[in-house]
Amino acid sequence: MKPILVFVELTAGAPRRASLEALGAARATGAETIAIFAGEGSNSTSCNGAQKAIALSGDDSSSDALASALAEAVKSNDCSGFMAAASSAGRDLAPRVAAHLDAVLFSDCIGITAADDQLNARRPWLAGKVIADLASNASVFCATTRLNVFTSSEETGPDVCETAAISAEPKARVVSVEAKASAQLDVQEAPVVISGGRGMGEPEQFSLLEGLAAAFGNATVGASRAVVDAGWRPHAEQVGQTGKTVSPQLYFAVGISGAIQHLAGMRTSGVIVAINKDAEAPIFKVADYGIVGDALEILPVLTEAIQEIKAEA
Amino acid sequence: MNIVACVKRVPTTEAVVKVADGGTSLDESGLSYMISFYDELALEEAVRTKEAHGGEVTVLTLGPSEGTKEIRECLAKGGDRAELLADSNWLSRDCRASAKALAAKLSDLGADVAFMGRVATDRDNAAVGPMVATYLGWACVTDVVSLELAEDKGTARRETETGIETIEFSLPAIITCNKGLNEPRYSNLKGIMAAKKKPLEESPAELVDNQANVIALTPPSPRPEGRILGTGPDAVPVLIEALRNEAKVL
Repeated sequence: MKPILVFVELTAGAPRRASLEALGAARATGAETIAIFAGEGSNSTSCNGAQKAIALSGDDSSSDALASALAEAVKSNDCSGFMAAASSAGRDLAPRVAAHLDAVLFSDCIGITAADDQLNARRPWLAGKVIADLASNASVFCATTRLNVFTSSEETGPDVCETAAISAEPKARVVSVEAKASAQLDVQEAPVVISGGRGMGEPEQFSLLEGLAAAFGNATVGASRAVVDAGWRPHAEQVGQTGKTVSPQLYFAVGISGAIQHLAGMRTSGVIVAINKDAEAPIFKVADYGIVGDALEILPVLTEAIQEIKAEA
Repeated sequence: MNIVACVKRVPTTEAVVKVADGGTSLDESGLSYMISFYDELALEEAVRTKEAHGGEVTVLTLGPSEGTKEIRECLAKGGDRAELLADSNWLSRDCRASAKALAAKLSDLGADVAFMGRVATDRDNAAVGPMVATYLGWACVTDVVSLELAEDKGTARRETETGIETIEFSLPAIITCNKGLNEPRYSNLKGIMAAKKKPLEESPAELVDNQANVIALTPPSPRPEGRILGTGPDAVPVLIEALRNEAKVL
């Protein structure tokens, strides 16, 4: 089997977890993998599951120029596929790489398997209302992997690293970056997501959800469409068909009744806990555990219990 | 400015979706349709761009001939004319074939800027915008939450997981629109009446064969039966016990 090229995003010189998951997904097909990243001098041994690494030199502020270099690397290394995490960067780059290779793209995959030297993708349609198993008849397979779904490889990365250059003339480039005010994880990335809806009563009460998230440490706050439309929370936090689809290990739906478009966005979570006043709310149909009652009374007690557990650990 | 808003007809977000017999396509009976949520933002930004810079807004769609109701709605909200690239097999068209058909038409139209939604809410690929731009050799900025355009260039702010990127780009360009960019207007009676007289041209889409083949479509596996642990704060210890010892996530 030919190798798969995997784009690795770096944070402070180290691979992002989402990229290690993409490398893990590529490696799990049985193929050799090549990790490629922008920035010379980065530590290729931390690219778990890669047999080879390529560092791209040059200005990496342009997605279009970077995508050209990635497509060139697919060709020059005779790869069978290109993969990246379905992150902001991955979802921006992968379609460009696919078009350079004149190949179809499978975005946000939840399964990638190899059969008879052919890679197949499993991915949600309609935010997960339907699961599609797809095959490509292109000579190169292009895919992005949903965050929090795949596990990274146990093998450490290579100690040698080749270089290649980003050389295409940019058509668009990043001139500045503003980091988010809080260091809060994105809902698609966080292992624990605590989402609130109308049942929180008023926007100020979301501080209770932030308190619970802080008690977990690895959690972030999400929101239903209703509270985003009402202007209580930013769209970046919205979980559902017109927001983000998430698969955390643990998902809390607090004061969310469970409209079909919300359920589509969170039903692949590991464990779902619902807290709602209305015992008949549809959210309880998908929840593993439910508590009926007023979230504003339950949350402080729950937060205290989680704080105690974390203090013991 | 020659402005294009690319829109897609998709099943409504409220739709309950079933797989058709044979297991490789959607059951279309009983489905109702809408313009994809983010494409409404694309149309609104196209109309605002015309209002600020002058020019004409073409509404461009790849879809079924019977999709004219949704296109007329776009004309009622400020589009000047529409082009429907007819594709009777639109529900199973893959992102590459869609991108190539749209790229060919955008090139013919001589667009300065084309707006699309950041993702269509049926296939969730978020691929067609950057693919079209790459095929055309144009600039593309995705997930845009604010935009300023000048004669031959622009500046956009793009929302990522970690913050906001400011991006400078040259025209022509594809902009994919994210929530926060604008608040789409509603159509009014005057707009609806005017839309009936606006030109809507239908032509066959220039289609290449799909590369993506559907092996199987399946409903998501049902979640295991859950249970109500109790009522009010008294149920918290029961929940902690279950998360710790049963689900083993604490």
